[in-house]
Amino acid sequence: MLKKSKLLAGAMLAAFSLAIPAHAADVKEVQMLHWWTSGGEAAALATLKDYLAKEGYTWKDVPIAGGGGSAAMTTLKAMVAAGNPPTASQILGYYALDYAKAGKLNNLNELATKEHWADVIPKALQKFAVTDGNWDAVPVNIHSVNWLWINKAVMDKIGATEPKNFDEFIAMLDKAKKAGVIPLALGGQPWQEATMFDSVVMSTGGPDFYKKAFVDLDPAALKSDTMKKAFDNLAKLRDYVDPNYAGRDWNLATAMVIKGDALVQVMGDWAKGEFSVAKKTAGTDFMCYRFPGTDGSVIYNADMFAMFQVPADRRGAQLALADATMSPAVQSAFNVIKGSVPARMDVPDTAFDLCGKKGIADVKKADAAGTFVGSMAQNYAQPPAVATAYTDVVTKFFHGQIKTSDAAVTELVKAIDAAK
Amino acid sequence: MTATAVPAAAPMRARVTLRQRLQDALPKLVLAPSFLLILVFVYGFIGWTFLLSLTNSKAFSNFNFIGWGNYLKLWTWTFETDPPSNWYTAIVNMGLFGGLYVVCCLIIGLGLAILLDQKIRGEGVLRPIYLYPLALSFIVTGTAWKLFLNPRIGLEKAMHDLGWTSFHFDWVVNPRMMIYCVAIAAIWGSAGFVMALFLAGLRGIDGEILKAAQIDGASTFQTYRRIIIPMLRPVFLSAMIILINMALKSYDLVLSVTGNNPGGAAELPSTFMYSYTFTRDQMAVGSASAIMMMMTIAAVMVPYLYSELREKSR
Repeated sequence: MLKKSKLLAGAMLAAFSLAIPAHAADVKEVQMLHWWTSGGEAAALATLKDYLAKEGYTWKDVPIAGGGGSAAMTTLKAMVAAGNPPTASQILGYYALDYAKAGKLNNLNELATKEHWADVIPKALQKFAVTDGNWDAVPVNIHSVNWLWINKAVMDKIGATEPKNFDEFIAMLDKAKKAGVIPLALGGQPWQEATMFDSVVMSTGGPDFYKKAFVDLDPAALKSDTMKKAFDNLAKLRDYVDPNYAGRDWNLATAMVIKGDALVQVMGDWAKGEFSVAKKTAGTDFMCYRFPGTDGSVIYNADMFAMFQVPADRRGAQLALADATMSPAVQSAFNVIKGSVPARMDVPDTAFDLCGKKGIADVKKADAAGTFVGSMAQNYAQPPAVATAYTDVVTKFFHGQIKTSDAAVTELVKAIDAAK
Repeated sequence: MTATAVPAAAPMRARVTLRQRLQDALPKLVLAPSFLLILVFVYGFIGWTFLLSLTNSKAFSNFNFIGWGNYLKLWTWTFETDPPSNWYTAIVNMGLFGGLYVVCCLIIGLGLAILLDQKIRGEGVLRPIYLYPLALSFIVTGTAWKLFLNPRIGLEKAMHDLGWTSFHFDWVVNPRMMIYCVAIAAIWGSAGFVMALFLAGLRGIDGEILKAAQIDGASTFQTYRRIIIPMLRPVFLSAMIILINMALKSYDLVLSVTGNNPGGAAELPSTFMYSYTFTRDQMAVGSASAIMMMMTIAAVMVPYLYSELREKSR
């Protein structure tokens, strides 16, 4: 009965789409909304495009620039509300769940069962790809945000080695400051500051504290002295940025490290894509270390493709896209360029560089140890309303509108309460 | 006689009334589509937004009415100054930005128009130069000003290179001063347009009046102050309406000049409304703020329009 009504709905949708010739014209077309417009990102996406092209599918971009994708999310909302969704859209964590709960996503169970997705994707990540037992999105990669990106030449010049804890990190930044290089390349935009703070909290309080505070939103943890200490540690980092950091885009901050103007950037591993595009090699030109004090944990976010309810004549292209995205070949090729690690745990790491190999091993280890946790700043720990409230507090603290760590934790609890 | 006259007159009258009716109805018929469109797409959506502001809509709209809760939230945020709430920052910035923008645009626009109106040579070249910034999209304007004002690559570096090493101008990367940079960029973008409005007004003034003033022995300054500028009142009205409207809805400029609003310091009601509605999944709060914006503009414009239009009809 249910199936019948679904079929009917499908048929009606198909009939509707026939009425609009522009849509019915090409069923071998994948319409994809994404915000991968910077050099490394666009190059990574090209691997998927090429794979689909070989299978006879054309690709239509709906690209919307801007890291973090808030503009893209607005466009997507409008397209879905108008009943004209793209075949698929790049999407982050809780946004996928929103659409799934609103019944806007297609069911991929048949393909998922055939390809055994449930066995190869980390359980923590499946939370965002599966709703009520139905696969409706495919993870294309796993990013982690607790990374340091260091210019090796600068590090050698100032005589520093890998920092193992937060104090050593500060000592290294001091050395750079004395040597006259910008110690910390930071883009002073709210999401970048919050992303860095994810790592600071993990480093200060450890994975259990992180989970208690950000996954469970335990008010006691949010107000605790550990959280205050994390804010104090964040304040320490403020002394090592250059005066022009406010409002800088993340890839410009990465460029400062690539050029050797700055020593280190704290950023998710999408930064590695910029190093690759600049033809820099991991281990010789730049180093990737886990944020000091977070080794063994992975604060992840992942890019997923949400598969929307499309007319029946575009369904074939959609399934081809899902299949291509999940194929080990694409997962490997895409992530080698993007700087992230495959969302499938069974993809060999042979094609990856030093950082990629470390990333893959870290994710496996963290997944087994239960220290594979979602990033608060990137919407993988909490829904957008809470995550943005958190971002607000962090950025106001970093720019001095919230003056003390005492005030910061009070504000944090208050803002999260108001957003819940 | 009378018996024949009556039936002849009756259809005649009927024909006239039909034609008259058609004539009477014609303006209404022609205006009906646009009236309908405005009714639905302006007033209908204002009503829709108001309804949403009374609900607890989150990511998508719903109709669980919760009364005035969202307005209450905004009201409490209005008085949260330490640390400043987003709404408080938005209101303060609106006052600073809007005030500077409208006043400076009017002063600069009027000044330029008066100078250009001195029958100078090359006016045809100068006018489009001043008007040109308006043709740029705000994203372009904003990005250009962001780069120009950036201390590391823009104005400050250029001054240092020229030898003025004590020159210091870092407003665009200082969250406290950012909003002034937005105002500078916005004024640059619109002053020329205001100039064009005033220039048109100046050209419309009857030369006889000016001659009469001259004969009466009025100085140039007095002529402008007592005669010409007061006669430009309708231009002030249109300029104000356009500028206030542009100030309230400026959005892309803020984000492009400040680089996505670091520290939340460059929040404006428009960015507040957008982020709450579309990215923070608090659509109801966003709708309430939109209604507040509309009420604010109504509170300014309605009395002003009323007094101006009453003056005219008198």
